[in-house]
Amino acid sequence: MKRLLYELTESFRIAFAQIRANKLRSVLTALGVIIGIVAVTLMGTAIRGIDTGFTKSLAMLGDDVLYVQKWPWGGVEDWWNYANRPPIRPEDADKINRIIEQTPNSLLEVAVPVSARGNSVKAGENKVSGVFTIGTTADYGRLISADFSEGRLFNDTEAAGGRPVCVLGFDVAEALFQNRSSIDQTVMIGGHPFTVIGVVAKQGSFLGLFSFDNQAILPLEAFRKYFSVRRGAEIRVKITDKTRVADAREELTGAMRRVRAQLPGERDNFNINEQGAFKAQLDPIKQGIALAGLFITGLSLFVGAIGIMNITFVSVKERTKEIGTRKALGARRRTILLQFLIEAVSICLIGGFVGLGLTYGLVLAVGAAFPAIPVEFSVSLVFISMAVSIFTGIISGFAPAWGASRLDPVVALRYE
Amino acid sequence: MIPSPVPAASRLTRPAGPLVIDIAGVTKLYEMGEETIHALRGVSVQIHRNEYLAIMGPSGSGKSTLMNMLGCLDTPTAGRYEFNGKNVASMIDDELADIRNREIGFVFQTFNLLPRSTALANVELPLIYAGYAPAERRARAIRALENVGLGSRLHHKPNELSGGQRQRVAIARALVNSPSIILADEPTGNLDSKTGVEIMALFEQLYEQGNTLIVVTHEEDIARHARRIVRLRDGLIESDGSVY
Repeated sequence: MKRLLYELTESFRIAFAQIRANKLRSVLTALGVIIGIVAVTLMGTAIRGIDTGFTKSLAMLGDDVLYVQKWPWGGVEDWWNYANRPPIRPEDADKINRIIEQTPNSLLEVAVPVSARGNSVKAGENKVSGVFTIGTTADYGRLISADFSEGRLFNDTEAAGGRPVCVLGFDVAEALFQNRSSIDQTVMIGGHPFTVIGVVAKQGSFLGLFSFDNQAILPLEAFRKYFSVRRGAEIRVKITDKTRVADAREELTGAMRRVRAQLPGERDNFNINEQGAFKAQLDPIKQGIALAGLFITGLSLFVGAIGIMNITFVSVKERTKEIGTRKALGARRRTILLQFLIEAVSICLIGGFVGLGLTYGLVLAVGAAFPAIPVEFSVSLVFISMAVSIFTGIISGFAPAWGASRLDPVVALRYE
Repeated sequence: MIPSPVPAASRLTRPAGPLVIDIAGVTKLYEMGEETIHALRGVSVQIHRNEYLAIMGPSGSGKSTLMNMLGCLDTPTAGRYEFNGKNVASMIDDELADIRNREIGFVFQTFNLLPRSTALANVELPLIYAGYAPAERRARAIRALENVGLGSRLHHKPNELSGGQRQRVAIARALVNSPSIILADEPTGNLDSKTGVEIMALFEQLYEQGNTLIVVTHEEDIARHARRIVRLRDGLIESDGSVY
């Protein structure tokens, strides 16, 4: 053991002396590994970034909120079975809330009706179209995790009275009022005047598709006054214990069936959606992207490994006489094997470190230049890329090093 | 076959010590494609401590094969080879490496120094393989270099040294492990005659200090420095006798 340790340290010294002595060759060889490691680690950060993006997006839906809707998330094949379901009506939320009150130890906290449509929002000359407009109750504040950058949500009185007040998403407020305060300004939503009482802080977009900042929140009664709710609504239900989603879902299904007066044996004519189901649908996609990405970038690392193997073969050939001398002076097979293997591994490790540094710089640069692109550098990435470097070095260095250790000293000494 | 104890006129001949190398009836065959080459056809030779021996012979005489055998770089096809009483013929690679490391100091015609390492690092090499601690390794290597008159050239690389100095570094490297024998293959072959004379004078000095030397050469002048000459021809020993 002690002897092996001694040989290892000596082999490292010899390897580093060799690398220093052949600077250009070492740099060129390491370049292959650097490119490979940069590709793999960049892919790693991108995958992590996508992952974080997904998680953030899902968190916007809330991990403690169930969505009662006509359609399931993610689409269905047999759409005709769903098309004839009765629409969800905002009044159903009141009925569910009454059931919750009557149920002791209910896992459900509150049901909030949400009606939605697209509208244009105008303030003076400025206009934003396609704003996601929702009508809801004051309980909506209990569902959302986002803060208000200014103002507040409407209260029960304003909601019940259908007062013409609204809360704007961050992007809408910024587009209409730039740096001025939006509070107490009047905006035209779908042609009807509303007074701004609050602005929701920036939240970002859901999977890059749907911006939570491009919305306007109105009291349901006001929404009902000006816009149709015939197309239906959805009911969002906050649950009390996010570790018991399945039980809560069970309870909500029962409550909704009572509201709908469905007969036993009849199939549910509504759907209860939750972010967990969404996640189950997204995960395979995410894994597919990760696998394909890592495979393709792994190829570039493979090319780097072949470069190392080639260089090590050349190095062994060039130094045949030196190997003969070392053997004559008493180097054992293992010593020679270690010497060349460690040389290959060291080049890979140096390449790995440089590659990692480059990746770190690139990630910082990309993060600063394009904040929207999700990239994330992590400590585990450091360890993984180091492990990959060492592995690459061993794989690519072993065959030539083995050959060197087996050389016949007589033949090696005679080699010119 | 025991060399004559009678000393040459003006030279010191040390009394022979215990038996180091005992070779008896050794043959060596090489397969060269279809052909089988009989490099050694039955060679017997005994070498004692404190001997100064020259091995001579024209090319193709089996001289190099015998040298490889003596240096434990190669093993015989048949016959007995004992080194300090240990059977070399049956040793595996790593055992041969160990015996080369501890018992044999090589001096090559082409010096075989590591080109990018300093004189000191070159001399330390056998000690690394022997597993010495860095401090002792360094001290011993410095002493060996001082012994061959290179105390002021420790940190020079081979390309900063003259041919004679390079061969001195190689000799220091051969001596540093205090081996049983020094095995020199044409040690002056790559040197001019003046430097060659200096190297042979150094060998004389090493011999007088109590080292056992075996010099393989085809030059009569060089061989005459030794106290005993073994001549090979066609894989057999032609003659083996003292030098007067």
